[in-house]
Amino acid sequence: MSKLEMKDICKSFDKTEVLKKVSLSVNSGEVHALLGVNGAGKSTLVKILAGDYEKNNGKILLSGKEISISSPADAKKHGIGIVVQEVDTALFPTLTVAENLAIDSYTNGFKLSRLSWKPIKKRAKALLQEMNISIDVNKPVSECSLSEKQMILIARAVAGNVRYLILDEPTAPLSKKETQTLFTLIQDLKDKGVGIIYISHRMPEIKSISDRFTVMRDGNVIVTEETQKASTDQIIQHMLGRSLKNSERKTKDVSSKPVMKVSDLAVSETGKTIDLTVHEGEIVGIAGLVGAGKSETARALFGADEAKGKWFINGKEQKIRSPLHAIQSGICLVPEERRKEGVLVDRNVRENLSLPAIRSFTRLGWLLAKKEEQSARKGIQQLGVVTSSPNALVKHLSGGNQQKVAIGKWISPDRHVYMFDEPTKGIDVNAKKEVFQLIHSLAEQGKGVLYFTSEIDELLEIADRILVMYDGEIIATYSAREATQENIMQAATGGITK
Amino acid sequence: MKQTAEVKQAYSTGTNFPLKEKLISFLFKYGTLLVIGLLVLFFSITNEQFLTYGNFTDILRSISIVTLVAIGVTFTLIVGGFDLSVGSTVSLATIGSAAALVWYRQELLVALLVPLVLGLLVGLVNSFIVVKIKIPDLLGTLAVMYIVNGIQLSYTKGFSIYNNMPMADGGTAPGAFIPSFLFIGQGELFSIPFPAILMIFFVIVVHLFLTYTKAGRLLYVTGANREAARLSGVPVDRYRMYAYLLSGLFAAIAGIVLASRIGTGQVSAGAPLLMDGVAAALIGYSILGAGKPNVIGTFVGSVLIGILLNGLTMMNVPYYAQDIVKGIILIGALAFTFYQKKAADIKI
Repeated sequence: MSKLEMKDICKSFDKTEVLKKVSLSVNSGEVHALLGVNGAGKSTLVKILAGDYEKNNGKILLSGKEISISSPADAKKHGIGIVVQEVDTALFPTLTVAENLAIDSYTNGFKLSRLSWKPIKKRAKALLQEMNISIDVNKPVSECSLSEKQMILIARAVAGNVRYLILDEPTAPLSKKETQTLFTLIQDLKDKGVGIIYISHRMPEIKSISDRFTVMRDGNVIVTEETQKASTDQIIQHMLGRSLKNSERKTKDVSSKPVMKVSDLAVSETGKTIDLTVHEGEIVGIAGLVGAGKSETARALFGADEAKGKWFINGKEQKIRSPLHAIQSGICLVPEERRKEGVLVDRNVRENLSLPAIRSFTRLGWLLAKKEEQSARKGIQQLGVVTSSPNALVKHLSGGNQQKVAIGKWISPDRHVYMFDEPTKGIDVNAKKEVFQLIHSLAEQGKGVLYFTSEIDELLEIADRILVMYDGEIIATYSAREATQENIMQAATGGITK
Repeated sequence: MKQTAEVKQAYSTGTNFPLKEKLISFLFKYGTLLVIGLLVLFFSITNEQFLTYGNFTDILRSISIVTLVAIGVTFTLIVGGFDLSVGSTVSLATIGSAAALVWYRQELLVALLVPLVLGLLVGLVNSFIVVKIKIPDLLGTLAVMYIVNGIQLSYTKGFSIYNNMPMADGGTAPGAFIPSFLFIGQGELFSIPFPAILMIFFVIVVHLFLTYTKAGRLLYVTGANREAARLSGVPVDRYRMYAYLLSGLFAAIAGIVLASRIGTGQVSAGAPLLMDGVAAALIGYSILGAGKPNVIGTFVGSVLIGILLNGLTMMNVPYYAQDIVKGIILIGALAFTFYQKKAADIKI
């Protein structure tokens, strides 16, 4: 029986150690689940295996013999394939399924031979048939569904005689039925002796499909065990590390007056429906792992993506079809993609801060430069933005200060509901503290806050109530008193049913 | 040799190379102005006729029409779009005023309103195609360019419109280019050509509009990052529409000046203006390190092209070779803009 081993792999980016002597092995014909919270180092590890990154130290052994992998081509040569999370980055959308399947044979050296279509199509058909996949090989990939694209990537790996296959969160975008199809395929591959590394957050899937699992945390391997021998609770415990008692935090009294109530919100991006209420001065945390549909839901609530539903702001129904409507109704969003969506990096701090309320800095269409400047200076001081001047471009600010601008532009008595999507992503500890203070002060002013994140620690620290999202739906609600790392994680990994 | 070794070392050790950086940032800010200065110096040394008041007003008159077109182009560039139809719109506007005057014997007001309305209509069609139907700007406005060009050719059956031209019924055209209309392109105020005054007036007005009004700010914001602007509550589609309308409007104004300047309605007269207008607006990115479309820059870009063509003509460089020089200048100006842009992005 052959075996793929990684031994004592180390990897640093700049000066941050991402992997600290990590060892992992996968046997042929085995499904090995790789688990861990965000930033545990799973993706880095498999990217080293796939030739995307080079390791700093350690060994990779194939059936006991050391091999070197310094490029994706090397990985392919040794029979290691990867199906990445963003399937679109690995496919050629305008080419047909058959051509995409044959792409590896094109890149295999430069041959000026005639391309003959018939065998390409024939081979593609045979390959898909063998794997029990029914996709028309003449269809351009751009017309394929997400799950079909995944199948194509898997088939492509199989065509390249893959012996070890890495699947990075393959089920996140899939429906239940599509997931079942994928599992059948995985089972087939297993029977053919392919070793599979399966990255996922979803506990039920891991229990049902994997033979062994490895939990990673902070760049270390915590445990490797047979899946049958561990309970879901134990696995979650390993992922979180310490069994934290809920830190004594003062639970404040929250008004019972709803500031925003949303009912039957059908989010078209996730295909699910949710209901939600935020009270005056309440910070509602929305927990969920990557791919749970948090950003999609936040954007839908803000009118940025298509959604149907009923919004009630301070008891009054509002029609929200665009961000402009949402803002006029008093809802605002600090989006996850700060540099792409939260701020205008090519404009200066003053213009960024005044943008949503530009009307109040205008008289008869003319900008009131002095008023805008004064207000910007005041905002910079209040928010503690470190910048050389209000006229400095936002792109020259640090991540934390950019985030303060992204939040600061919404500070106004006209806003009632503040939504934050992963607001601490990519900012340092100090800036994080300041962002938390800002959020607390908003709540003290009676604003409603929705805080979307996959960082459970943060929610335990800041939220008055925690909703847990799984697969686009809210499947659990905990008060600050009830919430623990464990029960949130359990819900977020699908460990409980609605 | 020593210098290259130093540069290499600076790169390999990752340290800054302040002299080089300073030089680049100086060129980025003042490079284009420096080129203009050097050109003026060169032409005035080689030709004594160059630095005269008469020639100066000649240059201003010759660039006025291109500048008006380029102002329209600047608006679409600001919102991150592009309008290829401006040349055809100039032609259509020219034909519009000529037909109103010569074929229908209309007065000044109508001869001005007809082209302006036509220009706005083209802008409306463009914005519908690009903003609503979401055809990429280059492709959508390319199609409109063909259609508008076809319309003005079909309307005139391919013939230019001039005073006393023979009509289909055997007689001659009833109207003529009236003096008040001709003043727009040929007149002078205080011995300054009127089209130059018109151009400077619009440059100033548009500059004030873009810098000091809410609409100007939101046009820029829309172009800087459409999604971020939308999420900040900016009605981005409406502002993109405004940009195409303004583009059509300024092309129409340019068309009026053109018709008045040559005193006939030449078919397809606006076609060559498209590329010169775009070139002027793009050169404008580099003025004083703006790095973005701006109307003062556009004006300077026009001046640069104007001086260049004027000087080259005086040196008897044939017109067909002048395009080569134009292209090289454009590359130079764009290099000032984009080379620095990349360096600045790397710094982050």
